[in-house]
Amino acid sequence: MKLTLKIWRQKNASDKGGFATYPVDHVSKDMSFLEMLDVLNENLTEKGEDPVHFDHDCREGICGTCSLYINGKPHGPLQTTTCQLHMRSFNDGETITIEPWRAKAFPVLKDLVVDRSAFDRIIQAGGYVSVNTGGVPDANEIPIPKTVADLAMDAAQCIGCGACVAACKNASAMLFTSAKISQLALLPQGQVERKTRAEKMVAQMDAEGFGACTNTGACEAECPKGISITNIARMNREYFSAVVSSENM
Amino acid sequence: MILDSKIPAGPLAEKWTKHKFNSKLVNPANKRKYDVIVVGTGLAGASAAASLAELGYNVKAFTFHDSPRRAHSIAAQGGINAAKNYQNDGDSIFRLFYDTIKGGDYRAREANVYRLAEVSVKIIDQCVAQGVPFAREYGGLLANRSFGGAQVSRTFYARGQTGQQLLLGAYSALSRQVANGKVKLYPRTEMMDVVMIDGHARGIVTRNLITGAVETHAAHAVLLCTGGYGNVFFLSTNAMGCNVTAAWRAHKRGAYFANPCFTQIHPTCIPVSGDHQSKLTLMSESLRNDGRVWVPATKETAEKLRKGQIKANDIKEEDRDYFLERKYPSFGNLVPRDVASRNAKYVCDEGRGVNETGEAVFLDFRDAIKRDSRKVIEQKYGNLFDMYKQITGEDPYEVPMMIYPAVHYTMGGLWVDYNLMTTIPGLYALGEANFSDHGANRLGASALMQGLADGYFVIPYTIGDYLAQTPPVKVDVNHPEFSKVAMEVKDRISHLLNIDGKKTVDHFHKRLGKIMWNECGMARTEEGLKKAKAEIKALKKEFWSDVKVLGANEELNLSLEKAHRVADFIELGELMIDDALNRNESCGGHFREEYQTPEGEALRDDENYAYVAAWKYVGENQEEELYKEPLVFENVKLTQRSYK
Repeated sequence: MKLTLKIWRQKNASDKGGFATYPVDHVSKDMSFLEMLDVLNENLTEKGEDPVHFDHDCREGICGTCSLYINGKPHGPLQTTTCQLHMRSFNDGETITIEPWRAKAFPVLKDLVVDRSAFDRIIQAGGYVSVNTGGVPDANEIPIPKTVADLAMDAAQCIGCGACVAACKNASAMLFTSAKISQLALLPQGQVERKTRAEKMVAQMDAEGFGACTNTGACEAECPKGISITNIARMNREYFSAVVSSENM
Repeated sequence: MILDSKIPAGPLAEKWTKHKFNSKLVNPANKRKYDVIVVGTGLAGASAAASLAELGYNVKAFTFHDSPRRAHSIAAQGGINAAKNYQNDGDSIFRLFYDTIKGGDYRAREANVYRLAEVSVKIIDQCVAQGVPFAREYGGLLANRSFGGAQVSRTFYARGQTGQQLLLGAYSALSRQVANGKVKLYPRTEMMDVVMIDGHARGIVTRNLITGAVETHAAHAVLLCTGGYGNVFFLSTNAMGCNVTAAWRAHKRGAYFANPCFTQIHPTCIPVSGDHQSKLTLMSESLRNDGRVWVPATKETAEKLRKGQIKANDIKEEDRDYFLERKYPSFGNLVPRDVASRNAKYVCDEGRGVNETGEAVFLDFRDAIKRDSRKVIEQKYGNLFDMYKQITGEDPYEVPMMIYPAVHYTMGGLWVDYNLMTTIPGLYALGEANFSDHGANRLGASALMQGLADGYFVIPYTIGDYLAQTPPVKVDVNHPEFSKVAMEVKDRISHLLNIDGKKTVDHFHKRLGKIMWNECGMARTEEGLKKAKAEIKALKKEFWSDVKVLGANEELNLSLEKAHRVADFIELGELMIDDALNRNESCGGHFREEYQTPEGEALRDDENYAYVAAWKYVGENQEEELYKEPLVFENVKLTQRSYK
């Protein structure tokens, strides 16, 4: 296949940035999207041009490192991570536009690489059960109905890639935040800190500059792990019932 | 120097308890006077950083990722072993210990492995308390499954994403300590070297991957939790960023490297499809429970298949060779990883491999679907079949899967004593980065167990013993050693940037990978290893004179990052070859063709090689020195593994 790539190039966080166009040839349909970019980068390097920087690591769809806004969709045309997208999803002669995640809370560091540390700070605000190592009860002393454990696992599958934010016109991080709040609100282990967790994580999410949710459902539609927006509804319930009886704010 | 493993005296089952009691303690009020550096935030690093911070130490945690949650522990699929015996099927700490020692082909330390089995039960308790959503039975209790070679069901799991859930659990504990101010987190920061003062590790030099700033960090102890080195082969199931640099820098400062040639090749990976391939994807070992492994019985049929003249489903039953079932009637398709991998290689070497490349065998579910129905197979393996289809574009419900072995895990690593301390005082290695628990072959679902055991339950005790003997005086980052090492790091960076050669970093990495895979992969010979050693020496020279690293230090520069890592992989590759040449026996993942039974199985030499080979770096371009730690077996009887 022969393709034309329109790629966002930006030298660093303070650079204005802009699109550059690169023709690529000999693309095989079995290549992953990132391998196609590897080939481009090898060619650029050989010519002495700065390779295109993008985040990636496991290339198995689980670490959440890869991003890329491809032809106007986070992670491209399929509901999967970019590393699991293959060139057979594209046609010979096509022009593909590649941009970084666009969100105020995810500043561009270089080319297609963005800073997603805001997600870490949301988790640091309360996305945990406060237990120290050791001194915990035997695992089977906390029975959990299978249906509850399964629901918690559905939410816990979030890989923290940020596609939900990139898909949302308000750059809202509600899907990400609600996935963690849901997981711990569903499980008995999370009950003790349930209220403060919801309050603190939502406050941090707002402080990071993420937008509000207007229920368009774009996040769910683009989430590579199929995290459901029912988690957002649960988070809202958790949050409102926490603030009306707040003990600490 | 004599390697002192510091294995406590006394009966196996009492060693750890006694050792904990005999270890010195740091007074709670004094803990805040000690600084600990943790490099790497995977299972071992995140669990260690969180646990030490909870105890009161000041922790600095470093990761080259953008977030601690990205570490490659996240990709582990199958599960985590623990000797809970919740299933009432005869499991015990001793049985888990025994299975692990035997699975490692008797090349691991008894005391370490026993401790691992002992603390395994506490790991599950800890993870559940954190809110890890393990699979449950309808009664609400934890579910288990059987795994890789074990005869009991002791594997805990969270769908096919156990590593992810365990890592997110450790990451949440770590995040809590970041919020508490007890852990300072340094993401996108790569360790470039260890700093030693008076023979003790007292800090590290790092490079900020965004700004390129070379920085120094002081502490009373340094923990390397930096994972394995499978990417020395270029193609592996490791993540793209996995590298040996931190461990290798420590090695060059005096930490011995143990059993580097012990690498695990996993039999069920999606085969290589072309030169563009950047990594290999593992398909869970569980598929061998129902899939049948085969290749065409003759070369001629295989050739027609490769040329596309016939299809797999056209090949009649009598023209198929179910080679594992034929050779190992009692274990069949469920032989251990090393045996399954080796036999796939044999049939491909005979010219009977499939796929366009001839480097693949079939894993066929036709009979299982006929027997159990498509629905049953879908329930068991649906997500794996989908993943396979996404990557290859073929539907495994209709045509057989194609698989081929790939590098998956490295049992070798930095030599550590019972306290997980390397030969550099104050420098520890945890998780896959050390060599200690898996011998020559790791069992499935044991990597997660070891990473968390080291971080949650071993290091919090053993580090206290060392720190209690270290004065609680702030380590001064202005000590001349820090600026000296930082200068060496800067020199290396500018050296790499100024070579201005013609070949890319990946070009060298791919060539290194080919040499390693061909001569130091699934089967090794003296002749091949010697040839490979010469090739690597030449490759190293060529790298340092002809590599092209673009850009500057003061920016996000992926080719510079990679150049450092590949330079270290080249040196490690040579050491792996030395180690494989030295070990004139076959054991576990190390198969020397000269040493096999008449049936082609691995032939151990317990008389001469029941030892840990620990290598000491003595200088640039010099042969490393070998030190031997004899392995003493007091509780298990050494036997030849047989799966016939």
